[in-house]
Amino acid sequence: MKILVVDDELDVRTLFEQRFRKEIRSGDMEFAFAHSGEEALQYLNHQKQEAILILSDINMPGMSGLQLLERIKQKYHKPPPIVMMITAYGDIENYNQAMKLGADDFLTKPVDFTVLKEKLKTALS
Amino acid sequence: MITRGQSGIWSQPASFDFIILPPWWQTWWAYLLYAIAAASIIYLVARIRSQMLEKENRMLEKKVQMRTQALRQKMEELKTTQEQLIQSEKMASLGELTAGIAHEIQNPLNFINNFSKINKELLEEMDEEIDRGNLKAVREIAADLKSNEEKIYHHGRRADGIVKSMLQHSRSSINLTKEPADLNKLADEYLRLAYHGLRAKDKSFNSGMTTAFDETIPPVNMIQQDIGRVILNLLTNAFYAVNEKAKTAGPDFSPMVTVGTNIADGQVVLTVRDNGNGIPQTNLNKIFQPFFTTKPTGVGTGLGLSMSYDIVTKVHGGSLTVTSEEGKGTQFSIYLPIKNN
Repeated sequence: MKILVVDDELDVRTLFEQRFRKEIRSGDMEFAFAHSGEEALQYLNHQKQEAILILSDINMPGMSGLQLLERIKQKYHKPPPIVMMITAYGDIENYNQAMKLGADDFLTKPVDFTVLKEKLKTALS
Repeated sequence: MITRGQSGIWSQPASFDFIILPPWWQTWWAYLLYAIAAASIIYLVARIRSQMLEKENRMLEKKVQMRTQALRQKMEELKTTQEQLIQSEKMASLGELTAGIAHEIQNPLNFINNFSKINKELLEEMDEEIDRGNLKAVREIAADLKSNEEKIYHHGRRADGIVKSMLQHSRSSINLTKEPADLNKLADEYLRLAYHGLRAKDKSFNSGMTTAFDETIPPVNMIQQDIGRVILNLLTNAFYAVNEKAKTAGPDFSPMVTVGTNIADGQVVLTVRDNGNGIPQTNLNKIFQPFFTTKPTGVGTGLGLSMSYDIVTKVHGGSLTVTSEEGKGTQFSIYLPIKNN
Protein backbone atom coordinates (compact mmCIF):
# COMPACT_ATOMS: atom_id res chain seq x y z
CA MET A 1 0.00 0.00 0.00
CA LYS A 2 1.25 3.39 -1.00
CA ILE A 3 1.46 6.45 1.19
CA LEU A 4 1.51 9.86 -0.46
CA VAL A 5 3.16 12.58 1.58
CA VAL A 6 2.29 16.14 0.57
CA ASP A 7 4.48 18.93 1.96
CA ASP A 8 6.18 21.95 0.46
CA GLU A 9 9.32 21.30 2.53
CA LEU A 10 11.68 19.28 0.34
CA ASP A 11 13.57 17.61 3.19
CA VAL A 12 10.36 15.93 4.35
CA ARG A 13 11.17 13.28 1.79
CA THR A 14 14.56 12.43 3.30
CA LEU A 15 13.05 12.56 6.75
CA PHE A 16 10.31 10.05 5.94
CA GLU A 17 12.62 7.79 3.99
CA GLN A 18 14.93 7.58 6.97
CA ARG A 19 12.26 7.45 9.65
CA PHE A 20 10.54 4.57 7.88
CA ARG A 21 13.65 2.96 6.40
CA LYS A 22 12.92 -0.38 8.05
CA GLU A 23 9.33 -0.44 6.81
CA ILE A 24 10.44 0.64 3.35
CA ARG A 25 13.19 -1.97 3.25
CA SER A 26 10.81 -4.71 4.32
CA GLY A 27 8.23 -3.56 1.78
CA ASP A 28 5.55 -2.91 4.39
CA MET A 29 5.25 0.66 3.35
CA GLU A 30 5.85 2.45 0.11
CA PHE A 31 6.14 6.23 -0.04
CA ALA A 32 5.50 8.79 -2.73
CA PHE A 33 6.03 12.51 -2.34
CA ALA A 34 4.40 15.65 -3.69
CA HIS A 35 5.48 19.20 -2.93
CA SER A 36 2.15 20.90 -3.51
CA GLY A 37 -1.57 20.22 -3.59
CA GLU A 38 -1.53 20.52 -7.37
CA GLU A 39 1.28 17.97 -7.66
CA ALA A 40 -0.60 15.62 -5.34
CA LEU A 41 -3.74 15.76 -7.50
CA GLN A 42 -1.66 15.08 -10.59
CA TYR A 43 -0.13 12.07 -8.91
CA LEU A 44 -3.54 10.77 -7.81
CA ASN A 45 -4.92 11.10 -11.33
CA HIS A 46 -2.26 8.75 -12.59
CA GLN A 47 -2.57 6.24 -9.78
CA LYS A 48 -6.29 5.59 -9.63
CA GLN A 49 -6.18 1.88 -9.08
CA GLU A 50 -3.76 1.92 -6.18
CA ALA A 51 -5.02 2.10 -2.65
CA ILE A 52 -3.53 5.20 -1.18
CA LEU A 53 -3.18 6.83 2.18
CA ILE A 54 -2.52 10.54 1.99
CA LEU A 55 -0.59 12.49 4.58
CA SER A 56 -0.86 16.18 3.82
CA ASP A 57 0.45 19.40 5.29
CA ILE A 58 -2.20 22.15 5.52
CA ASN A 59 -0.07 25.21 5.17
CA MET A 60 1.26 25.22 1.62
CA PRO A 61 1.53 27.89 -1.04
CA GLY A 62 -1.03 27.63 -3.82
CA MET A 63 -3.56 24.94 -3.12
CA SER A 64 -3.77 24.45 0.63
CA GLY A 65 -3.98 21.06 2.31
CA LEU A 66 -7.62 21.69 3.14
CA GLN A 67 -8.45 22.45 -0.49
CA LEU A 68 -6.65 19.29 -1.51
CA LEU A 69 -8.62 17.33 1.08
CA GLU A 70 -11.90 18.73 -0.24
CA ARG A 71 -11.04 17.81 -3.82
CA ILE A 72 -9.95 14.32 -2.88
CA LYS A 73 -12.97 13.53 -0.75
CA GLN A 74 -15.52 15.04 -3.13
CA LYS A 75 -14.26 14.58 -6.63
CA TYR A 76 -11.71 11.81 -6.75
CA HIS A 77 -11.53 8.10 -6.13
CA LYS A 78 -14.25 5.83 -4.94
CA PRO A 79 -13.87 4.71 -2.24
CA PRO A 80 -11.98 7.84 -1.21
CA PRO A 81 -8.50 7.27 0.18
CA ILE A 82 -7.64 7.80 3.84
CA VAL A 83 -6.45 11.36 4.38
CA MET A 84 -4.50 12.51 7.42
CA MET A 85 -3.85 16.19 7.87
CA ILE A 86 -0.71 17.66 9.43
CA THR A 87 -0.44 21.26 10.51
CA ALA A 88 2.01 23.53 12.28
CA TYR A 89 -0.87 25.46 13.74
CA GLY A 90 -2.82 23.09 15.96
CA ASP A 91 -5.80 25.38 16.07
CA ILE A 92 -9.45 24.49 16.49
CA GLU A 93 -10.46 26.26 13.30
CA ASN A 94 -8.20 24.17 11.08
CA TYR A 95 -9.13 21.04 12.98
CA ASN A 96 -12.88 21.62 12.63
CA GLN A 97 -12.59 22.44 8.98
CA ALA A 98 -10.46 19.38 8.28
CA MET A 99 -12.96 17.18 10.09
CA LYS A 100 -15.89 18.76 8.29
CA LEU A 101 -14.21 18.11 4.96
CA GLY A 102 -13.82 14.47 5.87
CA ALA A 103 -10.26 14.14 7.16
CA ASP A 104 -9.60 10.78 8.77
CA ASP A 105 -7.05 12.10 11.22
CA PHE A 106 -5.39 15.30 12.33
CA LEU A 107 -1.78 15.61 13.48
CA THR A 108 0.15 18.59 14.78
CA LYS A 109 3.75 19.42 13.94
CA PRO A 110 6.26 18.49 15.18
CA VAL A 111 5.09 15.05 14.18
CA ASP A 112 5.68 12.29 16.71
CA PHE A 113 6.90 9.57 14.40
CA THR A 114 6.27 6.78 16.90
CA VAL A 115 2.62 7.81 17.05
CA LEU A 116 2.47 8.28 13.28
CA LYS A 117 3.98 4.85 12.70
CA GLU A 118 1.29 3.26 14.87
CA LYS A 119 -1.45 5.22 13.12
CA LEU A 120 -0.17 4.21 9.71
CA LYS A 121 0.08 0.56 10.72
CA THR A 122 -3.52 0.49 11.98
CA ALA A 123 -4.77 2.37 8.93
CA LEU A 124 -2.96 0.05 6.55
CA SER A 125 -3.88 -3.20 8.17
CA MET B 1 20.02 166.86 27.67
CA ILE B 2 19.60 170.39 28.97
CA THR B 3 18.10 171.78 31.98
CA ARG B 4 17.02 175.26 32.82
CA GLY B 5 17.62 176.12 36.37
CA GLN B 6 16.42 179.10 38.35
CA SER B 7 18.76 181.21 36.47
CA GLY B 8 16.89 180.36 33.42
CA ILE B 9 19.89 179.64 31.70
CA TRP B 10 19.98 176.56 29.86
CA SER B 11 22.73 174.58 30.98
CA GLN B 12 25.26 173.30 28.75
CA PRO B 13 23.70 170.36 27.31
CA ALA B 14 25.08 167.28 28.67
CA SER B 15 25.05 164.45 26.42
CA PHE B 16 24.73 160.93 27.55
CA ASP B 17 25.49 157.95 25.58
CA PHE B 18 23.19 155.05 26.04
CA ILE B 19 23.75 151.69 24.97
CA ILE B 20 20.46 150.02 24.98
CA LEU B 21 21.16 146.59 26.01
CA PRO B 22 18.78 143.95 24.81
CA PRO B 23 16.82 142.25 27.55
CA TRP B 24 18.76 139.36 28.99
CA TRP B 25 16.62 136.83 27.30
CA GLN B 26 17.76 138.04 24.00
CA THR B 27 21.40 137.96 24.77
CA TRP B 28 23.82 135.67 22.99
CA TRP B 29 24.38 133.62 26.03
CA ALA B 30 20.65 133.26 26.46
CA TYR B 31 20.53 131.97 22.92
CA LEU B 32 23.35 129.68 23.68
CA LEU B 33 21.42 128.50 26.67
CA TYR B 34 18.37 128.00 24.53
CA ALA B 35 20.38 126.06 22.07
CA ILE B 36 21.87 123.93 24.81
CA ALA B 37 18.46 123.44 26.39
CA ALA B 38 16.92 122.54 23.05
CA ALA B 39 19.75 120.17 22.33
CA SER B 40 19.40 118.64 25.75
CA ILE B 41 15.67 118.21 25.34
CA ILE B 42 16.12 116.65 21.94
CA TYR B 43 18.84 114.47 23.31
CA LEU B 44 16.71 113.52 26.26
CA VAL B 45 13.68 112.79 24.12
CA ALA B 46 15.80 110.82 21.74
CA ARG B 47 17.39 109.02 24.64
CA ILE B 48 14.08 108.19 26.24
CA ARG B 49 12.62 107.13 22.93
CA SER B 50 15.59 105.03 22.09
CA GLN B 51 15.48 103.55 25.52
CA MET B 52 11.85 102.77 25.03
CA LEU B 53 12.59 101.32 21.64
CA GLU B 54 15.42 99.34 23.04
CA LYS B 55 13.15 98.05 25.72
CA GLU B 56 10.55 97.20 23.15
CA ASN B 57 13.22 95.60 21.07
CA ARG B 58 14.37 93.55 23.97
CA MET B 59 10.85 92.49 24.66
CA LEU B 60 10.36 91.57 21.04
CA GLU B 61 13.58 89.68 21.03
CA LYS B 62 12.51 87.86 24.13
CA LYS B 63 9.21 87.07 22.51
CA VAL B 64 10.93 85.84 19.38
CA GLN B 65 13.22 83.75 21.50
CA MET B 66 10.31 82.31 23.38
CA ARG B 67 8.48 81.57 20.17
CA THR B 68 11.59 80.02 18.67
CA GLN B 69 11.99 77.92 21.76
CA ALA B 70 8.38 76.83 21.54
CA LEU B 71 8.80 76.08 17.86
CA ARG B 72 11.94 74.14 18.50
CA GLN B 73 10.14 72.17 21.14
CA LYS B 74 7.28 71.49 18.75
CA MET B 75 9.78 70.40 16.14
CA GLU B 76 11.36 68.04 18.64
CA GLU B 77 7.95 66.70 19.51
CA LEU B 78 7.13 66.25 15.85
CA LYS B 79 10.41 64.47 15.27
CA THR B 80 9.75 62.17 18.19
CA THR B 81 6.24 61.48 16.95
CA GLN B 82 7.58 60.77 13.49
CA GLU B 83 10.18 58.41 14.88
CA GLN B 84 7.52 56.73 16.97
CA LEU B 85 5.33 56.40 13.90
CA ILE B 86 8.14 54.85 11.92
CA GLN B 87 8.94 52.52 14.79
CA SER B 88 5.31 51.52 15.20
CA GLU B 89 5.04 50.95 11.47
CA LYS B 90 8.07 48.69 11.74
CA MET B 91 6.58 46.95 14.73
CA ALA B 92 3.23 46.58 12.97
CA SER B 93 4.89 44.83 10.07
CA LEU B 94 6.91 42.80 12.54
CA GLY B 95 3.68 41.79 14.25
CA GLU B 96 2.42 40.66 10.90
CA LEU B 97 5.57 38.65 10.60
CA THR B 98 5.58 37.05 14.02
CA ALA B 99 3.35 34.13 13.19
CA GLY B 100 5.21 33.59 9.95
CA ILE B 101 8.49 33.70 11.79
CA ALA B 102 7.27 31.21 14.36
CA HIS B 103 6.27 28.89 11.55
CA GLU B 104 9.47 29.44 9.64
CA ILE B 105 11.57 28.67 12.70
CA GLN B 106 9.43 25.74 13.78
CA ASN B 107 9.98 23.94 10.50
CA PRO B 108 13.79 23.90 10.59
CA LEU B 109 13.69 23.08 14.29
CA ASN B 110 11.50 20.07 13.56
CA PHE B 111 14.00 18.91 10.99
CA ILE B 112 16.90 19.39 13.40
CA ASN B 113 15.12 17.41 16.12
CA ASN B 114 14.04 14.66 13.76
CA PHE B 115 17.37 14.21 12.03
CA SER B 116 19.24 14.18 15.35
CA LYS B 117 16.90 11.49 16.60
CA ILE B 118 17.40 9.47 13.43
CA ASN B 119 21.15 9.79 13.71
CA LYS B 120 21.05 8.40 17.22
CA GLU B 121 19.12 5.39 15.96
CA LEU B 122 21.50 5.05 13.03
CA LEU B 123 24.49 5.02 15.38
CA GLU B 124 22.93 2.22 17.41
CA GLU B 125 22.31 0.32 14.21
CA MET B 126 25.87 1.00 13.15
CA ASP B 127 27.14 -0.53 16.38
CA GLU B 128 25.17 -3.69 15.66
CA GLU B 129 26.52 -3.87 12.12
CA ILE B 130 30.07 -3.39 13.40
CA ASP B 131 29.56 -6.28 15.81
CA ARG B 132 28.35 -8.36 12.89
CA GLY B 133 31.34 -7.24 10.88
CA ASN B 134 29.10 -6.07 8.04
CA LEU B 135 31.34 -3.35 6.67
CA LYS B 136 29.09 -2.61 3.69
CA ALA B 137 26.14 -1.84 5.94
CA VAL B 138 28.36 0.28 8.19
CA ARG B 139 29.48 2.31 5.20
CA GLU B 140 25.87 2.84 4.11
CA ILE B 141 24.86 4.00 7.55
CA ALA B 142 27.88 6.29 7.73
CA ALA B 143 26.83 7.90 4.45
CA ASP B 144 23.33 8.46 5.81
CA LEU B 145 24.75 9.91 9.00
CA LYS B 146 26.83 12.33 7.03
CA SER B 147 23.97 13.49 4.88
CA ASN B 148 21.74 13.91 7.93
CA GLU B 149 24.40 15.94 9.69
CA GLU B 150 24.48 18.22 6.67
CA LYS B 151 20.73 18.60 6.87
CA ILE B 152 20.90 19.44 10.57
CA TYR B 153 23.51 22.06 9.83
CA HIS B 154 21.49 23.44 6.93
CA HIS B 155 18.29 23.80 8.97
CA GLY B 156 20.18 25.28 11.89
CA ARG B 157 21.56 27.94 9.59
CA ARG B 158 18.11 28.49 8.20
CA ALA B 159 16.62 29.15 11.65
CA ASP B 160 19.62 31.32 12.44
CA GLY B 161 19.05 33.42 9.35
CA ILE B 162 15.40 33.91 10.17
CA VAL B 163 16.09 35.06 13.72
CA LYS B 164 18.80 37.39 12.45
CA SER B 165 16.55 38.97 9.85
CA MET B 166 13.81 39.39 12.43
CA LEU B 167 16.18 41.17 14.78
CA GLN B 168 17.47 43.31 11.96
CA HIS B 169 13.98 44.19 10.94
CA SER B 170 13.04 45.56 14.34
CA ARG B 171 16.32 47.34 14.96
CA SER B 172 16.47 51.04 14.37
CA SER B 173 18.26 51.70 11.11
CA ILE B 174 20.11 54.81 12.24
CA ASN B 175 23.88 54.54 11.94
CA LEU B 176 23.70 51.54 9.70
CA THR B 177 25.99 51.28 6.77
CA LYS B 178 25.40 49.76 3.40
CA GLU B 179 26.95 46.41 2.71
CA PRO B 180 26.94 44.22 -0.37
CA ALA B 181 24.12 41.69 -0.04
CA ASP B 182 22.34 39.01 -2.04
CA LEU B 183 19.06 40.57 -3.15
CA ASN B 184 17.64 37.25 -4.37
CA LYS B 185 18.17 35.60 -1.01
CA LEU B 186 16.68 38.54 0.83
CA ALA B 187 13.61 38.60 -1.41
CA ASP B 188 13.10 34.85 -1.09
CA GLU B 189 13.33 35.01 2.70
CA TYR B 190 10.80 37.82 2.95
CA LEU B 191 8.49 36.13 0.46
CA ARG B 192 8.15 33.15 2.76
CA LEU B 193 7.83 35.31 5.85
CA ALA B 194 5.14 37.50 4.31
CA TYR B 195 3.20 34.50 3.06
CA HIS B 196 3.25 32.59 6.33
CA GLY B 197 2.63 35.73 8.33
CA LEU B 198 -0.54 36.53 6.43
CA ARG B 199 -1.59 32.93 6.39
CA ALA B 200 -1.31 32.64 10.16
CA LYS B 201 -3.36 35.79 10.58
CA ASP B 202 -6.09 34.89 8.15
CA LYS B 203 -6.76 31.17 7.65
CA SER B 204 -8.82 31.82 4.54
CA PHE B 205 -5.90 33.55 2.86
CA ASN B 206 -4.13 31.63 0.19
CA SER B 207 -2.12 32.56 -2.82
CA GLY B 208 0.29 31.05 -5.23
CA MET B 209 3.76 32.52 -5.38
CA THR B 210 6.47 32.23 -7.94
CA THR B 211 9.98 33.54 -8.15
CA ALA B 212 11.92 34.56 -11.21
CA PHE B 213 15.35 35.38 -9.90
CA ASP B 214 18.21 36.29 -12.15
CA GLU B 215 21.01 34.36 -10.49
CA THR B 216 23.64 36.43 -12.27
CA ILE B 217 22.87 39.72 -10.49
CA PRO B 218 25.85 41.06 -8.54
CA PRO B 219 25.69 41.74 -4.79
CA VAL B 220 23.92 45.03 -4.20
CA ASN B 221 25.24 47.62 -1.79
CA MET B 222 22.40 48.20 0.64
CA ILE B 223 21.12 48.40 4.18
CA GLN B 224 19.58 44.95 4.27
CA GLN B 225 16.89 45.52 6.85
CA ASP B 226 15.71 48.65 5.08
CA ILE B 227 15.43 47.01 1.69
CA GLY B 228 13.92 43.98 3.44
CA ARG B 229 11.26 46.24 4.85
CA VAL B 230 10.52 47.63 1.41
CA ILE B 231 10.24 44.13 -0.05
CA LEU B 232 8.04 43.00 2.82
CA ASN B 233 5.83 46.01 2.36
CA LEU B 234 5.42 45.43 -1.38
CA LEU B 235 4.71 41.74 -0.79
CA THR B 236 2.14 42.39 1.93
CA ASN B 237 0.40 44.81 -0.42
CA ALA B 238 0.52 42.30 -3.27
CA PHE B 239 -0.91 39.49 -1.15
CA TYR B 240 -3.56 41.88 0.15
CA ALA B 241 -4.49 42.81 -3.43
CA VAL B 242 -4.90 39.22 -4.65
CA ASN B 243 -6.80 38.31 -1.51
CA GLU B 244 -9.22 41.19 -2.05
CA LYS B 245 -9.80 40.06 -5.62
CA ALA B 246 -10.28 36.45 -4.53
CA LYS B 247 -13.18 37.56 -2.32
CA THR B 248 -15.23 38.72 -5.28
CA ALA B 249 -13.77 36.87 -8.26
CA GLY B 250 -15.08 33.44 -9.23
CA PRO B 251 -13.45 30.11 -8.42
CA ASP B 252 -11.47 30.30 -11.66
CA PHE B 253 -9.32 33.10 -10.31
CA SER B 254 -6.03 31.81 -8.98
CA PRO B 255 -4.22 34.46 -6.93
CA MET B 256 -0.57 34.78 -7.80
CA VAL B 257 2.29 36.91 -6.55
CA THR B 258 5.55 36.89 -8.48
CA VAL B 259 8.89 38.19 -7.27
CA GLY B 260 11.73 38.55 -9.69
CA THR B 261 15.08 40.20 -10.25
CA ASN B 262 16.98 41.27 -13.32
CA ILE B 263 19.54 43.77 -14.54
CA ALA B 264 18.52 46.76 -16.62
CA ASP B 265 20.56 49.86 -17.56
CA GLY B 266 23.30 49.17 -15.05
CA GLN B 267 20.80 48.80 -12.26
CA VAL B 268 19.51 45.81 -10.37
CA VAL B 269 15.74 45.62 -10.56
CA LEU B 270 13.47 43.78 -8.16
CA THR B 271 9.86 43.43 -9.23
CA VAL B 272 6.83 42.39 -7.23
CA ARG B 273 3.85 41.58 -9.40
CA ASP B 274 0.33 40.58 -8.41
CA ASN B 275 -2.77 39.69 -10.40
CA GLY B 276 -5.14 41.54 -8.08
CA ASN B 277 -7.63 44.28 -8.82
CA GLY B 278 -5.09 46.90 -9.83
CA ILE B 279 -4.96 50.53 -8.74
CA PRO B 280 -7.08 53.30 -10.29
CA GLN B 281 -5.07 56.10 -11.95
CA THR B 282 -6.31 58.68 -9.43
CA ASN B 283 -4.89 56.68 -6.56
CA LEU B 284 -1.72 55.82 -8.45
CA ASN B 285 -0.61 59.47 -8.24
CA LYS B 286 -1.01 59.57 -4.49
CA ILE B 287 0.31 56.15 -3.70
CA PHE B 288 3.69 57.26 -2.31
CA GLN B 289 2.25 60.09 -0.21
CA PRO B 290 2.41 59.60 3.54
CA PHE B 291 -0.84 58.52 5.17
CA PHE B 292 -2.49 57.70 1.87
CA THR B 293 -4.25 54.35 2.16
CA THR B 294 -7.24 52.67 0.63
CA LYS B 295 -7.31 50.02 3.30
CA PRO B 296 -10.00 50.27 6.00
CA THR B 297 -9.14 52.35 9.05
CA GLY B 298 -6.91 50.42 11.39
CA VAL B 299 -5.72 48.07 8.68
CA GLY B 300 -3.17 50.24 6.94
CA THR B 301 -1.17 53.14 8.33
CA GLY B 302 -0.61 54.71 4.94
CA LEU B 303 3.08 54.92 5.74
CA GLY B 304 4.37 51.73 4.18
CA LEU B 305 4.84 52.92 0.64
CA SER B 306 5.97 56.43 1.52
CA MET B 307 8.62 54.97 3.81
CA SER B 308 9.57 52.49 1.12
CA TYR B 309 9.91 55.33 -1.35
CA ASP B 310 12.22 57.26 0.97
CA ILE B 311 14.33 54.19 1.67
CA VAL B 312 14.83 53.38 -2.00
CA THR B 313 15.33 56.93 -3.29
CA LYS B 314 16.91 58.91 -0.46
CA VAL B 315 18.89 56.21 1.32
CA HIS B 316 19.91 54.08 -1.65
CA GLY B 317 19.84 56.50 -4.57
CA GLY B 318 17.53 54.22 -6.49
CA SER B 319 13.98 54.55 -7.70
CA LEU B 320 10.64 52.92 -6.94
CA THR B 321 8.08 52.74 -9.70
CA VAL B 322 4.59 51.37 -10.08
CA THR B 323 2.52 50.30 -13.05
CA SER B 324 -1.00 49.05 -12.74
CA GLU B 325 -3.84 47.91 -14.90
CA GLU B 326 -7.26 48.00 -13.34
CA GLY B 327 -8.74 44.55 -12.98
CA LYS B 328 -5.50 42.87 -14.06
CA GLY B 329 -2.86 43.61 -11.48
CA THR B 330 -0.04 45.79 -10.29
CA GLN B 331 3.72 45.73 -10.56
CA PHE B 332 6.16 47.56 -8.32
CA SER B 333 9.83 47.81 -9.31
CA ILE B 334 12.75 48.73 -7.11
CA TYR B 335 15.76 50.00 -9.07
CA LEU B 336 19.03 49.95 -7.18
CA PRO B 337 22.29 51.23 -8.63
CA ILE B 338 24.92 48.51 -8.73
CA LYS B 339 27.57 50.96 -7.55
CA ASN B 340 26.16 53.25 -4.90
CA ASN B 341 28.45 54.25 -2.15
